[in-house]
Amino acid sequence: MEKQDMDLTVNLGGIIMKNPVAVASGTFGYGREYEDYLDINGLGAVIVKGTTLEPRHGNPPVRIFETAAGMLNAIGLENPGVEVFLNQHLPYLIDKDVTVIANIAGNTIEEYAALAARLEGCKGIAGIELNISCPNVKQGGLQFGTDPVMVRDVVKTVKANTSLPVMPKLSPNVTNIVEIALAAQEGGADALSMINTLMGMAINVQTRKPVLANVFGGLSGPAIKPVALRMIYQVHQEVDLPILGGGGIMNTLDALEFMMAGATGISIGTGNFVNPRLAYDIMVGLQEYMQENQINNLNEIVGIAVQK
Amino acid sequence: MPLQENGLVINHQQVAQDMYIMEFMAPAVARECQPGQFLHVRPGNTNDPLLRRPLSIYDADQEKGSISLLYRVVGAGTSLMTGIRENDYIDIVGPLGRGFTLPAPSKTALLVGGGVGIAPLVYLGRALIQRGCQVTAMMGAANENQLVAGDRLLEIGVPFLPVTMDGSRGYPGMVTDLLVPPVYPEEIVIYTCGPEPMMAKVAEYAQRYDIWGEVSLEEHMACGVGACLGCARRLKANDEAYVKVCKDGPVFNIMDVEF
Ligand SMILES: Cc1cc2nc3c(=O)[nH]c(=O)nc-3n(C[C@H](O)[C@H](O)[C@H](O)COP(=O)(O)OP(=O)(O)OC[C@H]3O[C@@H](n4cnc5c(N)ncnc54)[C@H](O)[C@@H]3O)c2cc1C
Ligand SMILES: Cc1cc2nc3c(=O)[nH]c(=O)nc-3n(C[C@H](O)[C@H](O)[C@H](O)COP(=O)(O)O)c2cc1C
Ligand code: FES
Repeated sequence: MEKQDMDLTVNLGGIIMKNPVAVASGTFGYGREYEDYLDINGLGAVIVKGTTLEPRHGNPPVRIFETAAGMLNAIGLENPGVEVFLNQHLPYLIDKDVTVIANIAGNTIEEYAALAARLEGCKGIAGIELNISCPNVKQGGLQFGTDPVMVRDVVKTVKANTSLPVMPKLSPNVTNIVEIALAAQEGGADALSMINTLMGMAINVQTRKPVLANVFGGLSGPAIKPVALRMIYQVHQEVDLPILGGGGIMNTLDALEFMMAGATGISIGTGNFVNPRLAYDIMVGLQEYMQENQINNLNEIVGIAVQK
Repeated sequence: MPLQENGLVINHQQVAQDMYIMEFMAPAVARECQPGQFLHVRPGNTNDPLLRRPLSIYDADQEKGSISLLYRVVGAGTSLMTGIRENDYIDIVGPLGRGFTLPAPSKTALLVGGGVGIAPLVYLGRALIQRGCQVTAMMGAANENQLVAGDRLLEIGVPFLPVTMDGSRGYPGMVTDLLVPPVYPEEIVIYTCGPEPMMAKVAEYAQRYDIWGEVSLEEHMACGVGACLGCARRLKANDEAYVKVCKDGPVFNIMDVEF
């Protein structure tokens, strides 16, 4: 098969990507940080660092810690706020030829609504990824993403405030991921992003204290891949929304596993730290796979491993 | 411009109980190396250890296209590195971060290193000598065997004052004991890298005599390029914002840091 016959384009509920490979929020800055290592225009999408209404300084150090085949992070959503994002960081990406997905986070439903409204009409944003792994301060700090009613309501509110496709990013720290995914669908989600990090911790035996200043942090990297695959598989079986799948993807084979479990697109997070060109390499790897296997559209393999 | 390169290892030697020097050919990266910058090194091809390790540029030969690292074995990553042989490849990203500022050639530079913290000061010494500065290095270590960079410094032309805690070579005690009141503080610049208590003393000295200086800090890193915001540090206790050691540093002005 010739390269020109291959179609790598994917449609994530209205977010059009020229290939399935996105870089995950919080692991790729605003794109510029990686421009020396890869051609950003070769990526399917750049999902920018989580943005809040007001600037946030983030958590005190220690913020990151390596664990077996993974890492914990407790960055605390450090970001310059939505205005600085729009005025100083987005223009760089708009000048590129790449799909940009904003990632928003809030502590109240009202904050999510205000963020969605602020992004409405902004040139260069193809969709909104909704980080719902945030504490809802009005509900005693319970994470939005762990309660189906809150998930439905926050998605619904954001949808009411934007014309952009909305893709909630599901937290894996729940008993029943399908229930959460269905709630997101009910709220009007256009696609699902999964999974965010798994809550974990580490202890320094010498100091007898938790390693992270925040005590708990999010586990990412190869260690979480089996969990991510299982959740995507389950959700693909029950829910009719396209999935952006990620969690520990380190190479093309990993990416193919995610697609076969039901992910239409895939996202690279921690892998960027190990190989700053990884997202690009995987995009090329997927093309090679298509060539070798006479596949002209990767949609053919999405969910192919799922036994309905 | 930093980049990823697979360096071809041409020399890898144990120089002390837990210390190694590795030299590899990486011409594209070597061309860009400034003193005080670091490389983000992948210790192996495995998922565990997973992340790259930040290591200072110990020396670089831009004509030859080679870079040397001096590292101490402290955990899984550096242990794995010790198994790398000549003719193997080592996956590096760099040079990264903001390096040292070079002073006017008329200045006298003091390099104060503790333990493996001497690493970035050696390549700095080379640049300072090339610039025509007077340079003196003071290096502290636990014992004689840990004083690893002396030969290289002498070869570069940097006189070197050894200090050992156990008195097995040079001055017995702490390297900062050698910091005597300067006669012409405005003629001196000071650079330091090593354990934080040592750097704190150097900073105190610089502040007291109003000497311009720079420190090289360490923080745990994931990306090394300013993207993950993992390597945050408050330079002063009352600062609200955090700097990112990988991008804003690792080198900072000595007056800007509270230890
Ligand atoms: C800018 C910079 C330059 C450095 N230059 C040198 C050098 O020239 N020679 C040298 O021997 N060491 C240097 N270090 C320290 C070196 O990075 C660590 O010793 C090394 O990462 C330890 O890895 P490990 O897997 O052996 O240890 P482990 O303790 O198993 O590492 C676990 C994790 O903690 C991180 N880590 C552990 N100690 C440190 C540390 N002191 N600083 C930052 N991260 C750490 C590791 O990178 C890894 O992610 C430098 C650190 C920084 C930040
Ligand atoms: C350092 C770091 C920062 C992150 N910041 C965010 C963030 O701001 N918003 C968000 O939705 N996810 C964030 N994530 C989660 C990642 O986007 C990704 O979902 C997760 O790490 C799992 O994928 P991975 O195993 O490929 O890294 C962050 C992850 C890491 C490691
Ligand atoms: S290590 Fe990622 S920002 Fe410094």
